[in-house]
This record gives sequence, structure tokens and C-alpha cells, in this order.
Amino acid sequence: MIQLTVNGFEVQVPEGSTILEAAKAAEIKIPTLCKHPDLPPTAACGLCVVKVEGMPDLVRACSTPAQPGMQVETHDPEIVNVRRTLLELILSAHPNECLTCGRHGACELQELAKDFGIREEHFPSLRRELPRDDSTGCITLDPRKCIKCGRCLEMCQEQQDVWALSFMERGLNTRIAPAGDISLAESPCVHCGQCSAHCPVGAILEFDQTEAVWEALRDPTRHCVAQIAPSVRVSLGEAFGYEPGANLAGQLYHALRRMGFDTVFDTNFGADVTIMEEASELAERIRSAPEKLPLITTCCPSWVDFMEKFHADMIDHFSTCKSPHAILGTLTKTYYAEKEGIDPDSIFMVSIMPCTAKKYEITREASMYASGGQDVDISLTTRELTRMIRQTGIALENLNCLELPDSPLGEYSGAGVIFGVSGGVMESALRSAHYFLTGEDRAELEFEELRGLDGIKELTVNLGGHDLRVAVAHGLGHVEQVLERVRQAKLKGEPMPYDFIEVMACPGGCIGGGGQSWNVSNAVREQRAAGLLKEDRVQEVRTSYANPWIQQLYRDFLGEPLSEKARHLLHTRYQPRPEYLR
Amino acid sequence: MPTPALKQTREAEQARQAGFVCRVFCCAGTACLSAEGQDVWEALCDARSTHRLDERVDLVRTGCMGLCSQGPLVRVEIAGAAPRLYGTVSPMLARLIITEHVTPALTRGDDFVLPEFLSSHALPDDLAFFTQQERVVLDRIDQADPERIQDALAHGAYSALADALECRPAELIEEIRTSGLRGRGGGGYPTGQKWANAAGTAAEQRFIICNGDEGDPGAYVDRSILEGDPHAVIEGMLLAGHAVGARRGYVYVRAEYELAVRRVSTAIKQAREQGILGDAVLGSPFRFDCEVITAAGAFVCGEETALIKSIEGQRGTPRPRPPYPSERGLWGCPTVISNVETLANLPRIIARGADWFRTIGTTDSPGTKVFSLAGRARLAGLLEVPMGTSLRTVIDTLGGGSKTGRPVCGVQIGGLSGGLIPAEQLDTTLSYEAMSELGSVVGSGGMIVLDEDDDLLDLACYFLQYAVEESCGRCAACRIGTHQLLNLATKIRQNGATDADLALIDRLAKTMQATSLCGLGKAAPRPLMSFLRNWPERIPRADTPDGGAA
Repeated sequence: MIQLTVNGFEVQVPEGSTILEAAKAAEIKIPTLCKHPDLPPTAACGLCVVKVEGMPDLVRACSTPAQPGMQVETHDPEIVNVRRTLLELILSAHPNECLTCGRHGACELQELAKDFGIREEHFPSLRRELPRDDSTGCITLDPRKCIKCGRCLEMCQEQQDVWALSFMERGLNTRIAPAGDISLAESPCVHCGQCSAHCPVGAILEFDQTEAVWEALRDPTRHCVAQIAPSVRVSLGEAFGYEPGANLAGQLYHALRRMGFDTVFDTNFGADVTIMEEASELAERIRSAPEKLPLITTCCPSWVDFMEKFHADMIDHFSTCKSPHAILGTLTKTYYAEKEGIDPDSIFMVSIMPCTAKKYEITREASMYASGGQDVDISLTTRELTRMIRQTGIALENLNCLELPDSPLGEYSGAGVIFGVSGGVMESALRSAHYFLTGEDRAELEFEELRGLDGIKELTVNLGGHDLRVAVAHGLGHVEQVLERVRQAKLKGEPMPYDFIEVMACPGGCIGGGGQSWNVSNAVREQRAAGLLKEDRVQEVRTSYANPWIQQLYRDFLGEPLSEKARHLLHTRYQPRPEYLR
Repeated sequence: MPTPALKQTREAEQARQAGFVCRVFCCAGTACLSAEGQDVWEALCDARSTHRLDERVDLVRTGCMGLCSQGPLVRVEIAGAAPRLYGTVSPMLARLIITEHVTPALTRGDDFVLPEFLSSHALPDDLAFFTQQERVVLDRIDQADPERIQDALAHGAYSALADALECRPAELIEEIRTSGLRGRGGGGYPTGQKWANAAGTAAEQRFIICNGDEGDPGAYVDRSILEGDPHAVIEGMLLAGHAVGARRGYVYVRAEYELAVRRVSTAIKQAREQGILGDAVLGSPFRFDCEVITAAGAFVCGEETALIKSIEGQRGTPRPRPPYPSERGLWGCPTVISNVETLANLPRIIARGADWFRTIGTTDSPGTKVFSLAGRARLAGLLEVPMGTSLRTVIDTLGGGSKTGRPVCGVQIGGLSGGLIPAEQLDTTLSYEAMSELGSVVGSGGMIVLDEDDDLLDLACYFLQYAVEESCGRCAACRIGTHQLLNLATKIRQNGATDADLALIDRLAKTMQATSLCGLGKAAPRPLMSFLRNWPERIPRADTPDGGAA
């Protein structure tokens, strides 16, 4: 620990802390626009400058290490004046369109401009017109609003290893765009949306599709069905003043019904189906196709896109099973429609997802139309649903927290819940794989080693006499390492290092998804994860195969896992895709 | 000790040179070459063979001879006579130098008198521009052919390296630390300390980088050294490599410096052939090699962290420090980045000792500094003076004052990061401590002399325009601030300044200084601010109540 003073207060921080962290420990918030808790400092904005006794110049608190005995001054009038001027400069090159901006009210720049009481523009406008990029249909890139903080690049390049976004040109002309000035859709972008989740302003947003949903809801001929992803219930409340991790599933079902949805299902049920298929796939490969091990999970559409673009040699290892919401979409327009006698074409299926890539997934391949039409019509992000709820004027806190989803695609097991967090798919699959391999229930259901925010988690589990070596990776930057081990083993003809690998593109898994509520950090991810794990623990049924509604689905409709019908409706195909389309 | 082969090469070259009764040196620096220098050289060669003097007269193309304003320059050295330096030599004059000076002087000996039409082109022997210099770094730039390693060896190149290889790295670091050598690129950080930091950081690999991305308007010190004495720089890198345990070096040279790139590349190739670079440096277990990297073409790539990214193949933008490159530099390894002039100082210090070095210059800034004098100076060019020399001495004594006849009103030094220093302050001495007191820097060595007719506000705008164009865009203060400051400066130039304008300029300049990530943005306001501070009477005032117009 090192000791220093911040504004005269003694404070102790661990060695290696920055001045910014030391100030935080002293309960002093130094303003920043570019520093994000997930990322190393880009040091671009300069707002965090502070005075340090004995140093001639002001220094950046975000990137200057705290030293023993340091005397730091964070808010004297000179510093505040410099910060205000800097904000005025940034504003002189930033569009003055707060009222029509997607980040209005949740914008870090707007918040600072408000705090600093900026009332006048002393500097002439240096704003420029630049075209917006909506090409992916997942995220909206508005380079005019970009303040060049570099967070999105750090995310896209260093953390996710995608390198879709770059800085182009220099000086005042600096702008974010895919290298080569192609559109995002033509770039290696895998639609993870982490850029949008980390943007401090409205330069990168989810592609808004709420209007199409309102339209369907207003149409009396449409039977509107909603499903909510596991992780949405523990994040949506943040925008309404709840703590991260607060589970609002009941209020959400209720709100969706109030908004006019005819039926409200839960993606958790789809997750249970996924597990039925995927765990069976694993058992099958262990028994009869060991060359296709390790099996790699495919619930995450960004990961699927990333794999098709960068690791197509792994296609044979991919689970062919669709993701939970895609499965639920198909089943709604087949099983449910059949059961209720509803014309599948009249059904309008809306997924509420933590994810921008789900918008891409719903049309990515012919199998996404297994029901005969498009299985999921629209996929919304948590942030879009937040806006819709606000538009409806619903007071979330007054809604019924005990509201339940509709049958037969609503009741879920604890295994379905934890799909939303890194390690959860693996944990759920292991619970069921044991049953599929041995025909017996497994007493121990929790795998502590697979939880938490370490980028790569490994474990060997004995399942019915098989020592199953599993790995869990989240954040695309961590995947390479795991795949490389598999690749090397193949090359050398050595035994595979793993039998089963779970990958989620976003740090922490879906709870840290690119479409989730703003202001994510590891602390927030931990709280959201805890919310899901807590719900799993209180569920009576914690394995997918034991869910009576799952049993009914297979008995009445699908037959058994991996049956021909199940393969037709619930499985998909992969193909190598070029990184660049132009 | 040098290898026997190297010693032989050196002695053979010394003997070869001693075998000529006359040696004629022709400046092959960029300035002279751009003024018919190549034709002058060809004329000299041609005239020599016409007169069948090949056996008796040696023709040498050297690095910059210094007096660039009088180029092309040719120097005649005949045994037993005082050397003669000719200025503004045309190809015709070059022939005459051979036919009417060299030829008759060799025939007539002591009886030879230089004809009038030639002596009028010869520069005076006692020109203060030369006599007042203290040449340490430039000691062989005008003596040896930079494209022949034999010539460099004959003039002592790599003898310091041979000595240093006998020393332990820690001793070398201590020697440089004792010498008090400070980085000549502008920052003035103690070189020995930089070495100690890099050597003290545990690592598998370390790197040496020579920063030759000189880009300040008016500065051509590094270019001249790279062109004129590349072996001094390579030797400096070898010494640094031995001291900190690096095996690889990169010479990052501005792409526009084509001649420097070519000469350094040639020098590296020749040093490899002589066993100076490679797996066994001078036959020792020390392994070191280096290569030239042609710079990416952005001014900001001269900033060390941007330079490193540029070598790594990334966008050349600065990153925050710490960590300093000496801890985490190129590819994450400890890296010593030194400016060209700093590296060229090293062999001299090792050869003659830290104590000798400390006898030159001031206590806090030992040694010399090379400047490139430009602008209104009567004599302009490359010169080297002890640290602590006053600006007035350089401008009036060495530079001969103003060439326009109008009084000198000030000087712009230190390039983009320097300021405009008014005539009243010309007694300030050139040292890190004195310049920093003035709010300026010694900088990379550019020195532009200004006279009474120069439009200083226009000059400040020029520097701001330069900063606008060269800002990398990474940090807000520089990216947006340079533009807004240029806008304001242009506004007061056109419409006159109001008190509000001046207050806003002041606020903006302070913000840029405080919050820019690297030196470019921090220093960009300096030319304008030093103008406003030092020449308040020249600020155009707006004809409004608060403009204070008379």
C-alpha cells in the first residue's frame, strides 16, 4: 500500500494505482471523458489533469501512477478553469443536437457540460458534416458526434481483436471509420456492439428498431409475441434507478403485456431447449464422433460471426444448435402456433436481447427461417426496450414483480437463467450432459471454477467416467489463445486439450452485452451475474431435462433431442465468410 | 582495442591521405548540393584530371562545412600553406580554383600569390563564424567523406567503441552520467540516467533508437550530422547498446531526408563489412546491428512514444508517459531513444573523458550545442558553440548580425516548441536552465533571426498553421485547440484584438499547455504567446471601446 494526500486528505491505495484511483479512494471524483473502468487510459481528453506538488506541469490523473507521499490537488480554480475551457473546445467540435440524440440524458459529455455550467459558446463552431453508417443494421455510427476518446477502438482492436474500427486521417479531421473507408457491413465488424456500450457520447448507438415494433403492436391483425433474454432482467432496472443485478423479470413480463404484446415468453425456456440439443450433441460426439471434439458453443452470434470470419477452420467443432432466442422464435411460429391454432404468418416475434449482434443473427442464414417465415422478426436491445417502456409511461416500480410468462414457452429451469453469464452455458450443459451420458441426475450442480470474470476459465469434470476438459472464454480477445491450443494439438497430432469450449464475445458474457444499459464495469458485471446466479439457486428445477414443459415439448412435438424434426427446426449451418467484403 | 584489420584500414587511409600534397574538400551537404554543388564537384574532378593532378591532389566530398548561406563551399589545403575556403563557388570558379590556385601553388610553392579574382571569393581566415565555434560533434564533418568508412576511421571513428568494449557496461553508464550529457532533442533529460533506467529494467531484449525525425521549421542540425558524419551516430548507438545491453538499433530518419537516409544506409553497410556491426562487434562477444527506418512523414512521429508506434507499424500517435520508453518502449521492451546530436556526442565523451566534457559549457548544461542559424542572419548555417554562449554572440558575432541592414528585433528558437525572444533578451545564454527561465527551450537547434520589418504575428500564425496541420488528433486540446488558437490569431490580425480576445487566447493557451498529451500541443501556443508578451505595442487593437485603441 502507498500513502499520499489528495486535496489534503490522507489516502492509502495499492501499489500500481493511478492518481485517479487514489482520488476515488478519497471520495473525490475527477471528471473524465476517455477513461473507462474496463480499459487502459487512452489519455485523449485531458479533463482529468491535476496538480502534483513538485511537478512543473499538470498531469493526467488517469495515467499517472500514485507515488508515496504525493500531494495531489484535484479541483483548484485554475484546474477547473482549464477543464471548463477544454470542455468548451470539445463542444465547439461536437454537434449541438442533444435533444435529438440517442444519448440524451445519458451522455457523459452532456453531464459534464451541465456540471460545469457551460452557458455560452466562446469558440466558433468547428463542426463538420460526415455521413452516418447504418450499414450493419445493428449499430449506428455517427462520426460527427465522436469526441475521439478512443474507447471504441481500444474495445474493438485490443479487447475484442476484431479491428473493424480505426482512426482515419489526423488532426481535426480525425474520425472513426473502418480502415479503407468502407462501410461497417463490409468490414470485419462482428456486431458485438461493445463500441456502443463504451462510447461516452452518441457517436455509436444501437440501431433503433422500436418504431417497427410499435407498428406491429398497433396492428390488430398481428399476434405479437415477446421474449426476454436471461441477462436483460438484471440490467434493465439500472436505467430506472435500480441497483445492477436487481431481477425485474416479473415487472418486465407485466410491462410487455401493458405495451400490447399478446404473449410473453422467456428466452430462458429457449436456453433449456438449447441445452437439450447441445448436451445431447456433446454426448453423441463423445460416444461416436470424438474427432469433432472439442465441441464449441454457438449461442453468441458475434462469436459465430467472428469464427466464420477469422477461424473458419473450427467450423466442424461448432455446435450446430441455434441460440436460445432463435430456437424460441422457431418454436413460437411452429409448436405454439400449431398448438394455439394461430397463423404463423400473423405472429410478430420480438426478442429483447442484451445484444446488438442478435439483430444480425435473425437473418444470418437460411435456417433462421425454419418456421417457413422469418423466425424472429425484430431483435431489440435492452436500451431500446428501456425507451419503449418510458414512452408507454409505465412506472416500472408499480408493476407486479410476481407476474409470470406465458406457457408453453415461458417456464424455465435454473439452467436456462444462467445462460446470460460467462460460464453459464457450460455449467448448464454439464448439468444435462451428465444425465445424457449416464441416465442419472448429478448431485453437484454448481461449478464455481467456471464463474467469475477471468478471461479464460478451465476445469476437468468427471461425467459418467469421462474426464471432460472444458474451457470458458469471454471477450473475443481471449478466444485466440484457447483456439490456438486446439490448433497446435491438431497440427502435431496430439490429444486435444479440451472436450468442450464455451465462448461469449462480450466481457462477462451477455450480462456485459453490447446492447445493455450504459455504464458497464466489472463491478456492474459482477452484480448482474450475481442476480442471475441467485435466481438459479432458488429455482425448484435447475436442470433443463427436468423442466416439465421441456419434457412436454419433446413428447408432443420434437420427439427426442437431435431427432430429424429437432435438427430441421433447431439447428443451423456455418460457412467461411470473408473478413472484408470490399 | 580495435581489431588488427580495422587498425590496418585506419593506418592505410591515414597514409594515403598523407601522400597528397594537396587536398581539396567540396561540401556535399544538402544546402550546397541544392546550389549547383554537384556540378561544382564534377568540375573539380574534371579539372583535376585535365591537369593530371590525380596523384598529387586528393578530392574529398565532405559533410556540411557550415556556412550554408555562402554555399557551395570548397576548401583547399596545401601542405605548408594556410587553408583557403571559397564561398558561392560556381562550376566555372571550381575549375579556376584548380587551374589558378592549386596548379600554380603546387608548382611555385612559397612564391605563389592568390590572384585577385580568386581571393575575392575566398572567405576571410579569421571569420568569427568559424573561429568562435567549439567543434566537438562537428569535428570531422567537414574533414571526412561520409560515404567512405576508411575516412571516418582515419579521423578516429570507432576508437571510442574499441575502448568501451574493454569496460563493463556499468562503467560506461557512470561515465556518461558523470559527463552530465543531456538529450539534445529538446527535452534535456540526462542521458546517463536514461541508460541506467533502461539497464535497470529486467527484460529479455532492449533496443536503441536514434531519433532523426527532425521536423521543426528552420532546424537542420540532425540532418547535417546524419549526412555528414553517420559513423558518429552509429558509434553512439553501439556505445548505448553496449551500456544497456541492447542488441538491435533503429535509425528513424525523416523520409524527406533522402540524402541522410542514403548516407546512413551506406554507413551501416560499410560498418557491417568492417565487422563493426554484427554478431561480434570488433571481434568481441557484443552483438549489435541496426537498420534505417524511413519515417512515416508526420511531425508528431518525432515524439518518442509516437515514433515507437510508428516503427511498430501502428498509427503514429503519442501515448501517455509513464511508462517511459526506457522502461516499456519498442514492442514493450526497454528502449533508449536518443536524438542524433546526443548520440554523436557519445564517442567524443568516451574518447576524451567525462571530465574533459564538463570543461565545456555550463555546470548544468555541459558540452556544446549545434545550431542551424537561419532567417535574417548575414552568415547562416550550421555552427557549434559551448552551452552558455549568449544568443547575442551567436547572432551578432558568429552570424554577423542582420543581413538586411535593419536591426535584429528578435530570434525564434527551438522550432515549434520555442518562442520568439526579443532583442532586449539576447544576452540570455543558451543553456537548458536559462532558456527554461525565459519560457523557451534550447530545442532541436533551429534559430531564425528576425529583423524590424518581420511581421511577427504573421510568423506566429505560420507556426500555428504548422501545428494545425501536424496535430495528430489524439488529444482534444491539440486537435481542437490549435485550430481555435489559429482562428483567434487570424482574427486579431485582421480585425485587431479586443480585451476579450486576448483573455480568451490566454485561457486557451493555458489549457493547451496544461492538457495536451505531448509536446506538440503543449508548445503550439508558445510562438503566439511570446509575441503577445514581448511585443505588446505591436498587437493590433480593435477599434472598439474595449479594444483600447488609441
